[in-house]
Amino acid sequence: MWNYEKRLQHPVRITQTNPKIAQVIITQFGGPDGELAASMRYLSQRYTMPYKEVTGILTDIGTEELAHMEMICAIVYQLTKDLTPEQLIESGFDKYYVDHTLALWPQAASGAPWTATYFQSKGDPITDLHEDMAAEQKARTTYDNILRLVKDPEVCEPIRFLREREIVHYQRFGESLRIVQDHLDSKNFYAINPEFDIRSRN
Amino acid sequence: MTENKPNRNELLEWINVVSFAVDDVKLFLDTHPCNPDALEYFEEFKKQRVQALREYAKYYGPLTLDTVHTPADYWCWINEPWPWQEGGC
Repeated sequence: MWNYEKRLQHPVRITQTNPKIAQVIITQFGGPDGELAASMRYLSQRYTMPYKEVTGILTDIGTEELAHMEMICAIVYQLTKDLTPEQLIESGFDKYYVDHTLALWPQAASGAPWTATYFQSKGDPITDLHEDMAAEQKARTTYDNILRLVKDPEVCEPIRFLREREIVHYQRFGESLRIVQDHLDSKNFYAINPEFDIRSRN
Repeated sequence: MTENKPNRNELLEWINVVSFAVDDVKLFLDTHPCNPDALEYFEEFKKQRVQALREYAKYYGPLTLDTVHTPADYWCWINEPWPWQEGGC
């Protein structure tokens, strides 16, 4: 189960609205390499993971991603607070507004809705950890792309924090992959799938 | 009565600092469960975090369910702003 803590992992205090940039940043809520997909990816993969260190890392990073999703939503919320109809039309945020008003809804910057097809839960630890490492790098690239477009330091600061966490998570997944391989036959890591071919572990 | 009341923003910043230390070393410990330095670091910041959350709840309302002050005659969990709102954490 989970407990809610009534604070953000890292503070978000944005005083200037900017619906144009909100439309870009929302992709880290509901886009292909966003925080929602990240959290669902790790929290789905963990159930069949046979190694306790890796089950731990999937649980704890999957949980941290929920906190990152909350930070992204706070950024989008603050960037679009109290917009007038004129501002909505000028910024192009009117197309989002007509369906969601100023509520948060998980979509990519292009408007494509969030979908579970953004991640895989394959049931093979080598396959899943490679996906997880790639996912962290894709999220890092997305944050780099966002940082090229954002000028407001109040927005850049929390985005930079989130970008750094992608790098730390990538490192931990790399260590996890090493732990998995240490359990396998070094002459052929693919001889068996430890999530399927080794039974009655527990 | 209020001479020892901590500054709200400073205390919140401290909670963020010690909580982040715990969050980060927790991930390191998942893949290095026997590292003595990391274990000691975790213990130290966990202690600081518990203490800071308790202190914050006492003066400015609870951030966690475990620090909700139950004898109060009002359900204070919903009282203070939510994290994304102005004045929130």
